[in-house]
Order: sequence, then structure tokens, then C-alpha cells
Amino acid sequence: MTLSTATQRDDLLNSLLPELGKLIPAQSIITAVEQLRAYECDAFTTMRQLPLLTVLPETIEQVQHVMRCCYRLDIPVVARGAGTGLTAGSMPVENGVLLGMSKFDQIHDIDLNNRTALIDPGVRNQSVSDAAAPYNLYFAPDPSSQLACSVGGNVAENAGGVHCLKYGLTVHNILELELVTIEGELITLGSAALDAAGYDLTAIMTGSEGLLGIIVKIRVKLLPIPASTRVMLAAFATIEDAGHAIAAVIGAGIIPAGLEMIDQTGIRAIEELMHAGYPVDAAAVIICELDGSAAEVEDELNNVISIFTGLNATDIQIANNAEESKRIWAARKAAFPALARLAPDNYIMDGTIPRRALAQVWKQINQLADQYQLQVVNVFHAGDGNMHPSILFDSSDDDQHRRAFELGTQILELCIEVGGTISGEHGIGLEKINQMCLQFSTAELQQFHALKQAFDAKQLLNPGKQIPTLARCAEFNAMHVHHGEMPFPHLERF
Amino acid sequence: MQAVAEQSLPGALTRNQADSQAQSLAEQVQQAFINQQPLVISGGGSKGFYGRPLEGETLSLSDYQGIVSYEPSELVITARAGTPLHIIETVLAEQGQMLGFEPPHYAASATLGGTIACGLSGPRRAYSGAARDFVLGVTMINGKGEILRFGGQVMKNVAGYDVSRLMSGAQGTLGVLLEISLKVIPMPAHEETRVLSCSQQQMQTLLCDLGRQPLPVSATLFHNDRLYIRLSGTVAGVHSAAQIIGGDLLSADQFWLQAKEQQHPFFNSDQTCWRLSLPPAATAVPDDIAKQQLIEWGGAQRWLYSEADRCQIIQWAEANGGHATAVDRSKHGHTLFHPLSSALLPLSKRIKQSFDPAGILNAGRLYPDL
Repeated sequence: MTLSTATQRDDLLNSLLPELGKLIPAQSIITAVEQLRAYECDAFTTMRQLPLLTVLPETIEQVQHVMRCCYRLDIPVVARGAGTGLTAGSMPVENGVLLGMSKFDQIHDIDLNNRTALIDPGVRNQSVSDAAAPYNLYFAPDPSSQLACSVGGNVAENAGGVHCLKYGLTVHNILELELVTIEGELITLGSAALDAAGYDLTAIMTGSEGLLGIIVKIRVKLLPIPASTRVMLAAFATIEDAGHAIAAVIGAGIIPAGLEMIDQTGIRAIEELMHAGYPVDAAAVIICELDGSAAEVEDELNNVISIFTGLNATDIQIANNAEESKRIWAARKAAFPALARLAPDNYIMDGTIPRRALAQVWKQINQLADQYQLQVVNVFHAGDGNMHPSILFDSSDDDQHRRAFELGTQILELCIEVGGTISGEHGIGLEKINQMCLQFSTAELQQFHALKQAFDAKQLLNPGKQIPTLARCAEFNAMHVHHGEMPFPHLERF
Repeated sequence: MQAVAEQSLPGALTRNQADSQAQSLAEQVQQAFINQQPLVISGGGSKGFYGRPLEGETLSLSDYQGIVSYEPSELVITARAGTPLHIIETVLAEQGQMLGFEPPHYAASATLGGTIACGLSGPRRAYSGAARDFVLGVTMINGKGEILRFGGQVMKNVAGYDVSRLMSGAQGTLGVLLEISLKVIPMPAHEETRVLSCSQQQMQTLLCDLGRQPLPVSATLFHNDRLYIRLSGTVAGVHSAAQIIGGDLLSADQFWLQAKEQQHPFFNSDQTCWRLSLPPAATAVPDDIAKQQLIEWGGAQRWLYSEADRCQIIQWAEANGGHATAVDRSKHGHTLFHPLSSALLPLSKRIKQSFDPAGILNAGRLYPDL
């Protein structure tokens, strides 16, 4: 830290701390650098930034107070849930306040008749389903980090999981949000009914990555736990066969609760860690979960088995009990820890593509990986087209680091080209902000900025994230590598 | 990748025709923006009753037709806003698929654009989702005449704010919809409707109880002490659920179509019909507000005729966690929406302004200043 930035920081602290102190107890404000380290990044650990200070409010009034103080003093605010985000979305900004929502951890009400739960944003995703389970209800969105991630973060990112095709994303599973604006005003969006008057602002808030307001209460939908669930694992000798099998299941009018695909490197890494009995010689495996009434599931299970068999499945394992189902899923959900054993670093992509482009994109990703001399492992939410290619690299090697990020950009560009998107569920944050310049035109980005302006005229909420400035895009596009070709290839770079 | 199939349907445009028509629509909006000329966006004219009266030059989307792409195994259809809804539904049905929100048409001329802009959903709404839940992406013209794309043709997409869903129900006040991508669902293999006789109290208790069980319920309707429950799914799934629910089998196969299109005799009235959107288990609407009711969506959508004061109805709906809309389908521009809270109104105005700075797009259709 240079002297001048240190002075600036002290000045800001001197003006902000007495104001905050009027309503926030001293133990809820963290200013010591060693303690602030815990908040300098989310699960995307490559990018770090210390905040000016961290506040851990306990009441909505305290959140309002923090916002009023920051608004008056023009100090940026970044909200943080459990810090499990993968895109540096809750990384602090320099000289900004980090608003940790971890103390908002109460489930206020489970309304059995309306099948909803009113919860704090800091409540862990899994806790909602745990609390609803005695009533045979659950909360559908289940990102792989569900043991740790908070529902407030799920709303901010519009989190998905492995059951989205049938049960939707977070946006489909929430009814009402209470929001504190940058001015400190409390607003209710949506309602306990199925719709609300006026614009659908719960839709616009969901996935807005903390740029539009601070979520302080959430009413989520609860669904009845299916009476019967069956899980199967099918192996295929080629990616194309697996791709056809997936299209055939959907084409037959079956909507599986989960439909996942893993490539050979992924299968082997998972098997080594979890010993789940995955067939290590297969080019790809599909995990298919069916749920519903016992009668329905039996019908569909037989259907899927005959589809897979007819489309050259080399092996089909059907879980015969909850224990075996759990084993198959636990292994899939451990994909990322398993990959972590293969290389020091792992850059996870999150592009979504139309399923029909799967085989083509998969092949091109492998070609690109060869070109960049890096290994890519594919784990794929096949049901909804959301790919998670993981680029394995070693960040201590600068050249590998650079190649990994360039390869990542190329993969995302490929997703856009086939009609997909750069992010299916992880969000943009800071990590993918440059690729937003590839997906959206100047006019579209300007529209995003105008919408942000309607909520946050002073640009204080999570500034610099999610929506790139036009200047940033101009710079990125000028430097951008298109299909391995730099603009002005005769010039030396790096 | 190119769209899978450019459908050659009557009225469908070629890609080039569509591009030039979209361009000319955008130019009309640009001109109106410069001249501060209000525009009235029109499709098939089937939902003119829904909203407040409008004045301005007509911007017609009714020729902007055609299915741009549809691949059944993707569960996604993309079509131009002026495409008649019945054509979309026919094309989907040929592949054994349907729109999951079962939208009402209200007239044969209903278009896809109007359906999404109005955000109206039919009997399936409480069980498989609303119009907005199925919107994956839109191409639109904002109030400055810029053609913009948001969302896409994939199920999961969190790049940027979810503008496409915001368009559903915004009634054209934030943009002119050009093209819409929707998630579609497979048609159920089997359907049947059970009829039970019960009081409203019994109906609510029963539906709350059924709602906590994983049953393939796809619609409910309660009127005159009769509860209709539609089951949709596999043959075995529907049969086993029918045994749990009991009641008698309904043989009238037009019942849900009539419910969806408000052709049920309940709606034969010149009186203003109130729509109350409530938490499904909300208490019964008191007798001094309404005696005659038709209740859908497991209790969450209640239609009623009332002699009570407008404020009384609105206050009661609000106090019970919902909102009230006064709809008169017999007259053009004759719907009154629930007033927005003092916190929500200024924010909504700023949002409107961010999309439509000159306030020219369907201005005032939702609320006087939106």
C-alpha cells in the first residue's frame, strides 16, 4: 500500500466509522487487516482485494443504516453471502465496504398450507430443505455447493444445480424479496401470491449479482418430496452416442429430474477419489435421475433403459436403493475436488449451449485444448446444456496461466457462436466480465447500464462487476484473440 | 449455428424479409423517439381490454410472423412476435409438445408477442409456471429504436440482467418484442379430471393436503361447491393419483379450454370482473365483498363480481398478501391494476425511463406514468 492510498483509507475510515457506530455495534465492524483477509476473495481465489472494512449487520435496520452512510459518503458496497461464488462477484472493491450477510441466518416461517418458507439471505441452501423435510417438502435449487452456499447468494447469482431442467433455476423458485436500496429504503418485490402488480422485479433482481440492491429477506417456494426417485448410470463409447442418447430421452417426452454427462478424464478422476464404480473405459457416462410417483417413475425408467440400450450404451447401472443412488450422485458432486487432484489449478467454465451442438463443441474444445497444450475435463449438465469444461493448469507457471485464460475465452466464444451463453449459473462477477463484451453489443451493454442507473444512480453497488464499461470492452476487443489469431498478428505481444 | 428449421407457414417471413421489416419497425421507433410521438404497439388485437386506454400512432407487429427455429429435443422454440399463437401451438402439438403456461387466447388473432407482453397464464400456471418462467430470451426494440437481444435459446443463462423475463407482463411499456424464445414442455401422455363436491373450506383443506404430496395435478377449478382437479402425466401416474383423490371422472373434454378462455358461464356477465391474486391458502373472500366466485390455481387466482367499493377490495387483497385487478373484457382499455406502493412506483418509473426515455411505448397502459 502506498502512502497516499493509506492516507485515503484513513480519511475514509475516519469519516465512515463514527457514522456507522451510531447504529452498528463495534464488534460487528472489522477493520484489522489480518481479519479482513478472510473477506478478500470468494471461491475464485485468483483475484483478491482487501475492503476498507467489513460490516456484519444483524438487523434490516442496520443494513439500512450502512447503506445510508455509504450513500451519503459515496462509498461503494459489496454484499457477500457465504463466499462460495466462482467468479469474484463478491470480491471487495478498494476503499469499499464489504457487507457480510452471514448473521442473517434465520428461517422465520415455514408455511405448510402455501408451501413457502420465509428466510434470511444468509441461510444455507441445504438448511432450507432440511427444515422443510419433516413436512415432506424441499427447496429445489441445489448447486453443488449447497452445504455451504447461502440462499441470498443463490438469488444474487440465479443459481442452478443438477435438477434445473425439471425444477428450474432460483428465479423459478422464489416468490418475494425484501430489498434494501442504496439509499437505505426497504422495498418488497413480488408477493406471497403467484404474481404481483407492476413490473416483474423479482426476475430482474435474481441474478443481478449485488448490483441493484441488498436482499434482506426471501420467500422461497417449497415442493413436495417425490415419492420415488431412481438413478441410473449409462456408459457410452463415444461422445456422439451419449449426445444422441440425451436428445432421444428428451425427444421421447421424458423430463428427467437430473441428466448429467462426464467425459473420460472426469470419470477417471472421480473414480480415483470416490470409488463409486464409474466405468473408467467409457468415453462418456450419463447420469439420469427420474422422479415422481412410483408408478410414473417405473414407466419412465423402462423407457429410458430401452432408449439407452438402443443407442449403443455399453453399460447401464441402475441404483436399486437410496444408498446406491447417493453413491452415484456423491461421486458426481465431488467432480471438482476430484479434478483438483489432477493439477494445482483448475479454471472452471460455465458456458451453456443448445444440446444439439454438444458433440461439435466438445470436439472443438478438445482441439483448442491441444492447441494450447492444456488438459480440459468436461462435466456437463446435459439436460439443460450447461457445460463446465475445467481447464487444468499451474498458476505458478505464468505462461500456462496466460494460456489457460486465453483458452477459457476461446471456449466461451465458441459457446456464443453456437447460440449459447458465457454463463449458465456461476455468474459474471469480475472473472468473466471481458467475455460480456463478446456476447453483448454496445447498445445492449448501454441498456444494462441504464437499468443499473434506475436502481443505483451513484454506481455504488458492487461497482465494476457483471456489466463491463464500454471503455473496458473497447480495450478488450482490441486485444482479443479470435480463433487463435490476434489482431495485427505481425506485432509482438506479451 | 443456423436455426434448425425456418418454418414455411402461411404468413411466415423469410430471414431477409424479417430483417428488413425489423429494421423498418426500429426506424419507426427511432422517428417516434425524435418526435416524442407516442406509439401503440399492436399484434392481433385480442387483449386490447387488458390495460388502460392508449393514444398514439399504431406500431403493428401483426405481419412480423414466422417460427425462426424449433428443435423438439432442445425443448425450445423461437418465433417472431406477430406469429399467431394457434400456429405455434399447432406446430408444437405435432411434435407432442406444448406451452407449459397454457396461455389464454381470448381471440383467434392472439399473437405470441401479445401473449408474452401481457404475461397471462392459464390453468396450468400454479403447477408448471407462468409465461415469464418459460421465457428464455427476447429480441426487442427499446424506446430509442435500438434492436437489442437479451437471454438466448438455452435453459440456463445468467449473463447480464434478466431483461427478457422483465418483458413478460410489462405490456410493451419497456420495449417492442420482436422475437421470443420459449422453453416448451412435452404434452402429457394422459390426462383426466376428477370432480368432487365440497365447500370452499373443504376445498382449501383438501388442496393444501394434496399440495404436499407429489401428485401430477395440472389444474384446479372451484365453482358452486364443485372442485375440478385435472391430472396430467403417465397413464399409471394419473391412475394412481386419481385413486388417492377420488371423486367422479369428468367427461366434458372442453372444460379446461373453456376455463382457460373464460368461456365458463361464470364469465357471462357485463359486470366488471375482479381478479384477486392471493397466496393459495389465503382466507375466503368475505361475503360483503363477493358471494359469487370462481377459484383457480389451487386458490391463488380468484375471480369475483362485487358491489363493494373498489378501495375495499384492493385493501382486502393487500391485507391478505395479494393484489386485485379489475378486468372488463367487453370494453377496450378497461383494466385497472392494483396501485403500486409508494416505494415501488418511483423505481418502476425510473426503470421505464431507462428503457424508454421519451415515454413513447404503450405509455400509460399499465399505470398513468408507466
